[in-house]
Amino acid sequence: MVEHGIHATQAVVTLDVALPGIIWGWMITLNMWAKSVGTGVILVGAFLLYRHKKDEMPNLRWMMPLIAFIFLNIFLLFTLADLHHPYRMVNIFLHPHWTSAITVGAWMASLFTALVTVMLVIGYFDAHPNVRKNCALANAARANSSLYEKIFPFVVFLAIPVTLYTAIIMAESSARELWQAPSEVMQMMWAALMAGSAGLILISGKWSPEARRDLALVLAIATFFSFLMYMGEYFFSFKSAEGEATLAYVHAGGAYNAEFWFGMVLGFIVPFFLAVGNMKSDNKTLLKFAALMALIGLYMAKDVWLKIPQMLSLS
Amino acid sequence: MKLGFLVDLNLCMGCKGCEVACKVENEVPLGSWRLRVKYIDIGTFPETSRSFTPLRCNHCESAPCERICPVSALHYLENGIVNVDSSRCIGCAGCMMACPYGAIYMDPETNTADKCTYCAHRIESGMMPACVVICPVQANIFGDLDDDNSHISRYIMEHQGAVQVRKPEKNTTPKHFYVGGGNQTLNPLAQQRLEGYNLFNNITHLKQIGDPHESVIGRFLEPFESEEKLDNRSFIDFDNDNYKGGH
Repeated sequence: MVEHGIHATQAVVTLDVALPGIIWGWMITLNMWAKSVGTGVILVGAFLLYRHKKDEMPNLRWMMPLIAFIFLNIFLLFTLADLHHPYRMVNIFLHPHWTSAITVGAWMASLFTALVTVMLVIGYFDAHPNVRKNCALANAARANSSLYEKIFPFVVFLAIPVTLYTAIIMAESSARELWQAPSEVMQMMWAALMAGSAGLILISGKWSPEARRDLALVLAIATFFSFLMYMGEYFFSFKSAEGEATLAYVHAGGAYNAEFWFGMVLGFIVPFFLAVGNMKSDNKTLLKFAALMALIGLYMAKDVWLKIPQMLSLS
Repeated sequence: MKLGFLVDLNLCMGCKGCEVACKVENEVPLGSWRLRVKYIDIGTFPETSRSFTPLRCNHCESAPCERICPVSALHYLENGIVNVDSSRCIGCAGCMMACPYGAIYMDPETNTADKCTYCAHRIESGMMPACVVICPVQANIFGDLDDDNSHISRYIMEHQGAVQVRKPEKNTTPKHFYVGGGNQTLNPLAQQRLEGYNLFNNITHLKQIGDPHESVIGRFLEPFESEEKLDNRSFIDFDNDNYKGGH
């Protein structure tokens, strides 16, 4: 009977309306995950270009903006698809409200995507001189090849706030205490470095072993610190009653407990050891496996962290 | 002028008249609520009591929903009301994630965020909110908090020490007060909300946000489709997890 299972000092809701369940679901997870890949490849790509000669990574100049372009468009597509009025997205540009991180993020992400598109066009036609020789766009891109190097520093700089603004949205979502931790900002940055290195590992087959070793190093560091931060947040995020109640439920084997630990093992622990191992002896297949695992695990971890605070009734 | 609300829970008898009046006045669709009255049973039989808590938007002075709204669909009126402009809302649900009181819903007919506006349209015409007018015991008290002689200001002064707001730790400065409330009535973490059939009804969660029959592709096609007005029947048989549970 209910009364025997309820502490005498507690109260039981006996009549109420149906409340909303998970409001931001898998589309927002996919949105955040794709943005991590899109900005991460630029950040990690810049690191590689700083450390190595372009000859060591022959396709990086056009593949880096290509991956960023694809994943940024996935991010933008699912941002639109999650809106109940997708065509009204234009209101963000016509009637911007600058206290909202959603507005600031949308403007920055749009500018970032536009610049990445320019880099992609120049990088692609530079790398493929025989493609579309009579096309005006291709010729203009080849004629302005130096523009790539001029805008690249701005793109790298912009990648940082584009990566981080989701943490500000989560901080503004003041109903969800679990997201209010300042560590969310660093968690976003580690996610981008993790996803970026994983994305570039998948195209690094013909690169020099030294470049691949650097990618493995970034992956290892990012998975290690990201894992530590998740553990810290998972076990010690008891700053608020809401956060405590949410985590206590998940700790006790509630919904998303299994997904969280699968994500941690597949996406963080396994890739960390594979990446560290690869720094000693170059093994392309194992490193690519580690990259895939990291991408899958990152999605799962983000999914859990997005959904669990939404299970709590707010009123 | 700063309009505020106060509910004296000692007077409220849970008749739900305010809930119905709000529904009718604002044409709130089935499955959505701007104002609801929650019944909470406290204690263990035979020493039990039942509390009734009307819940609505708090019209916070520092409203998180207003801050996160990317298009200013949620905005302040000069009288302190946090109002909604449905024609501008993009349906991102950011406000639903920001409101610590769960007071905002996605209207299943318009697919835009909506909530209690203290009946702003009635206030503009010099009338009181529908829930205030209907209350048979005058448990709902509404007025100008800036006016020391208003009924609500005097009520607050007369009940000093017993006036509470929900979740004060959120620093939203709510303009909705309660007299006669306690932790067990105002704090959702102090209550157990057991899903499934109970004494009165099937306590559950909505599976959908907004229109239950809308697909993702449908959102993109909607402007090109012929207008098909949703009616209340669409919401009567919405699919919930525990729908088939026995009573």
